[in-house]
Amino acid sequence: MDGVPSVLEVRKVSKQFPGVRALQEVSLRLEAGDVLVLLGQNGAGKSTLMNILAGVFSPDGGGVFLNGSAIALTSPSDANAHGIATIFQELSLTPNLTVAENIFLGREPRTRFGFVDYERMNQDAKTLLARMESSIAPQTLVGSLRVGQQQVVEIARALSVNARFLIMDEPTAAMSQLETRALLHLIVDLKHAGVGIIYITHRFEELADVGDHMAILRDGKLVGEASMGALSHEAIVRLMVGHEPASTYGDRGRRVPGPEVFRVERASLAHPSRQGELVIRDVNIHAARGEIVGIFGLMGAGRTELLETVFGMHSGRANGRLFIDGKAVRCDSPTQAIAAGLALAPEDRKRDGLVLELGSRANASLVSLRKAQCCGLLSRKREAALVEPLLQRFSLRATSLDEPVRTLSGGNQQKVILAKWLVNMAKVLLLDEPTRGIDIDSKNEIYKLIGQLADNGLAVIMVSSELPEILALSDRIVVMCEGRKTAELLRADATAEVLMRAALPRSAATDLTC
Amino acid sequence: MLSRVGRISIARIQSGAALLLMVGALSVMTRTFLTPDNAWNILRQVSVNLCLSIGMTLIILTGGIDVSVGAVLGIAGAVAAGLLKFGVAATTWGIKLEFTAAGAVVGGIGIGILLGLCNGVVIARLRLPPFVATLAMLSIARGLTLLWTGGFPITGLGPTFGFIGTGAWWGVPMPVWEVGFLAIAASVICARTAFGRHLYAVGGSERAARLSGLSIHKIKIAVYGIGGGLSGIGGLIVTARLDSAQPTAGLGYELDSIAAVVIGGASLSGGRGSIMGTVLGCLIIGVLNNGLFLLDVSPFWQQVVKGLVILIAVALDRLGERRAHPA
Repeated sequence: MDGVPSVLEVRKVSKQFPGVRALQEVSLRLEAGDVLVLLGQNGAGKSTLMNILAGVFSPDGGGVFLNGSAIALTSPSDANAHGIATIFQELSLTPNLTVAENIFLGREPRTRFGFVDYERMNQDAKTLLARMESSIAPQTLVGSLRVGQQQVVEIARALSVNARFLIMDEPTAAMSQLETRALLHLIVDLKHAGVGIIYITHRFEELADVGDHMAILRDGKLVGEASMGALSHEAIVRLMVGHEPASTYGDRGRRVPGPEVFRVERASLAHPSRQGELVIRDVNIHAARGEIVGIFGLMGAGRTELLETVFGMHSGRANGRLFIDGKAVRCDSPTQAIAAGLALAPEDRKRDGLVLELGSRANASLVSLRKAQCCGLLSRKREAALVEPLLQRFSLRATSLDEPVRTLSGGNQQKVILAKWLVNMAKVLLLDEPTRGIDIDSKNEIYKLIGQLADNGLAVIMVSSELPEILALSDRIVVMCEGRKTAELLRADATAEVLMRAALPRSAATDLTC
Repeated sequence: MLSRVGRISIARIQSGAALLLMVGALSVMTRTFLTPDNAWNILRQVSVNLCLSIGMTLIILTGGIDVSVGAVLGIAGAVAAGLLKFGVAATTWGIKLEFTAAGAVVGGIGIGILLGLCNGVVIARLRLPPFVATLAMLSIARGLTLLWTGGFPITGLGPTFGFIGTGAWWGVPMPVWEVGFLAIAASVICARTAFGRHLYAVGGSERAARLSGLSIHKIKIAVYGIGGGLSGIGGLIVTARLDSAQPTAGLGYELDSIAAVVIGGASLSGGRGSIMGTVLGCLIIGVLNNGLFLLDVSPFWQQVVKGLVILIAVALDRLGERRAHPA
């Protein structure tokens, strides 16, 4: 290879999505052998930037430059051809093939007769894995590996195409401490071998000794760049959260919460595959009538899992006690949870919240069909009387209530889900990222709606990774980090910085020594 | 308008138009097609497939499939015939139970429901893919039929039982009454009951249905049980019409049944379809079989043509779908 690329740059890259400016004139520079740590809140634009470098999205403005000359990245194979390899959090391995087959997928070495040269392939895979101090056997099926090990295989694949630049998204999120340490060693080795690395993470302290520079994104803009260690923890947090967001949603004002309706004590959830590890550890949460409790946390904090556990979705692995109106309640299935008065508006609305082929009316009445019956048959009139006033109150915009909800906008879909639970007279509403993927205007509408629901006596538990959202709506805020509750404050005592500090994983150094 | 109802009716208009076209063409091309005798003949032939296809529609609505319907039809007919003709000997107590026609009917439908429930339990509780579970049931039911009959037909069942298949009332053959009633009942269940709505919800999104508190297991077990019962009724009709239970009755019926449901506009991935569509699908297949026979087309070609019709029907449906929702 002549002219081994040594500098990768993005210059003034912008990217616009409907309703969101994901990136605005971001410029970054990565030299061979450097490790750049990329920081930012959820939604700051890190993934967009990564996807541009991976050739998944093309930028609206600006460009990517290799050694000073512009390169076009219109597909992932373009990126690979330029020596840029990306390792996404959702790994892209084929579980039913072996480690070696995955590493060389599409580039299998051939024998003279055109058959796959397994001997050479396994040998080459072994050499690559050995470079990473990994003892994974090349003939192992990838499906039988742990996520951390799969990550190693992904990296091996990147090395096998002679990647000069490696982009990693939260690689340690699913790793054990041992694997994390091995990965950090590997990064040092790769550095020495001249590989440039962009490392996206929340646990930046892990990289204190490994990283060279850090760059901080916020709202699609580059807001800070510094050598590793030049900024204090405080300064980094301040850059990540920016100014206290001006409350665009109108303050809810202070209200006296009613009697307690919801209490979870010592909720814990075991890891689905790793024995002895907990995804959620001893979390206590309570809420009163008319109160909105915000749960803030970064990716992997266990927020979604907490709501799912409360809702009875993981009864086999979960522990803890649930009290509704002060009475202990068994909750081993969503059916029981619903009977107890709980309601869940899930994060992935399209997959978990709605039956996409059915209309708004049928979706909204799904939980309460019993009430729409008349001598065993569904009565259209009763169903309409049950559902339509609510959908109207929420000013649902749909050409017809029979139109499949698939065709509705995110905001309108959320309204249908909320209506579904209100028809059923839920007492406690669990909201998971209520405005993910919803444009600004509809967001405000949803916020207003959530406020009204609380004012009408509903207890709302709202999980969100967006600080402005948490600060605008919550009466009380709980912060989670790595499965634990790390802070609980009244809205009046909460600032973005305090929340972010509690949400960031504690120093990796202490983690590694324990 | 892209409403669910709207889209189904697009599929229905398509199949309705195809049916009319075929009827028109055959009326012109043959002298025997457009006669009352032939019409009753077609309806009688269609009724057995429709009986199976009603159950298949409910199952496919949930995103499942049942390839054991033909085999369950076979065993239900054999059991009913065996009970009626020979009864059951309980040797330990030295008694012999004899069955009336009504008892035999209950026995035949009962075995159908039982095997259907087995399908449902295996699919819901053991989480086997429906295709595999019912494929196993196909083999098991065929084997049990051979064991029960010893491989020989059971004949001479008498006029009371035979009335189910050969009788007529107000000039309309009994099978048409029976299956017509079932189709209307199933249509009401689909469109007007909570259970019917649940079928669409489970097939449309099992996760969303679960999170809305539906008990997916119960719904699945029930729907396969109903499918089994309907296969049982199909078995009774076939057996009564022939006045004999053939151990190989219903061989390959699952294919026509799935074809009818698919031609009727149902989606094999679940959540979309209707009984009315399936009725049209069955009529199309019935008219096609009958027409090709009247036109003296070789039975070998008949199969080829049927396959092509399935391909065209589904391709048209997909095309309409893609135009309505460009991905």
